Amino acid sequence: MENIEYSEAKRSSLKKEVIKVTVILTVVTIIELIMGFIMMDWAEGSFKRHLFKGIIIILMLAKAYYIVAHFMHLGHENKIMKRLIVVPLLIFIWFIIAFLADGHSYLELRSKYDPYSVEMNEKVLPAEHGQHQDAEHHEAEQE
Amino acid sequence: MSTSTVSNSGKIKWWGGRISPANVEYGKLMMWFFLISDALTFGAFLISYGTTRFATASWPDPNKVFNAVPGLEGHYPLVYVSIMTFILIVSSVTMVLAVQAGQRLDKKAVVINLVLTIIGGLMFVGCQALEWIHLHHEGAWWGRNPFLNYDGTAASPNFTNYFFTITGFHGFHVSTGILINIIMLIMTLCGTFDKRKSYLMIEKAGLYWHFVDLVWVFVFTCFYLI
Repeated sequence: MENIEYSEAKRSSLKKEVIKVTVILTVVTIIELIMGFIMMDWAEGSFKRHLFKGIIIILMLAKAYYIVAHFMHLGHENKIMKRLIVVPLLIFIWFIIAFLADGHSYLELRSKYDPYSVEMNEKVLPAEHGQHQDAEHHEAEQE
Repeated sequence: MSTSTVSNSGKIKWWGGRISPANVEYGKLMMWFFLISDALTFGAFLISYGTTRFATASWPDPNKVFNAVPGLEGHYPLVYVSIMTFILIVSSVTMVLAVQAGQRLDKKAVVINLVLTIIGGLMFVGCQALEWIHLHHEGAWWGRNPFLNYDGTAASPNFTNYFFTITGFHGFHVSTGILINIIMLIMTLCGTFDKRKSYLMIEKAGLYWHFVDLVWVFVFTCFYLI
């Protein structure tokens, strides 16, 4: 369809773009991994851990942008093509918010109206037999 | 381009007929549409995983579950999965190089970069197979979860179910991508694209391959990091 004349200048500019994006992806991944190592010992549910998780999600979206825009070449297509691809994916904004809120509300409801699940959630098991839940003992406790 | 598609001011009239408004070859556009539907499938999987995590009070710590490196004793969280991630990034880069070589009709460079991409893909799938075997030996499988939550309570098999389903679905995509790349390699070696004077097929295969890499960015973050 399109017969692009490949001049030396175009070739080197394309090569530069590939190197730039590769470096960005690598550096961002390394930053993510370093953050993963740093937050490893922090308490689950603490504010600083949530903050790091949020930053990691933003970095993930940045990586996704670079892959789609440069490697998949969408950044070089015309405006109509960009909208054609990006607009349908906006449904994810609703999708993520609605379903995570739904999951959270389910947790809240269960903790209010289902004491059994709360008890199960708080039951610390000895590390050896993780799989086997002591069901009989548990029922006796509930009486 | 005929003159009727250009307005008096020199602007291209994309919706004036005669040309594709998206200015993309038909097969490539259809590949993009397929990728949108595939993104929705993966999105549904990952959001379902997120919903379950939000609905569960506690969850296994990925740093304790995925902490083995083949050939090494001891616990090295995040190390193995970072190797896998870099393999996939590198194979994505060689795929871009193959696509660009195709655009300038450089058959030799296409072949070299496609071979490198296929090797990268095979390495990734191999790494994933090793990880699955290791987890299976630890007693993890669909419906079985030997790992405890981070607070010491019993974890539901949701954790392993989601892990094996989503990484399995992604691994299936990588395997399909390798197959497509092998077909592209055979077609290149047979001179099919030289006869056509166009390596557009490589670009479509490249789109698929980058999408697989893109999905791994999300899977990697959701399962191993957060």
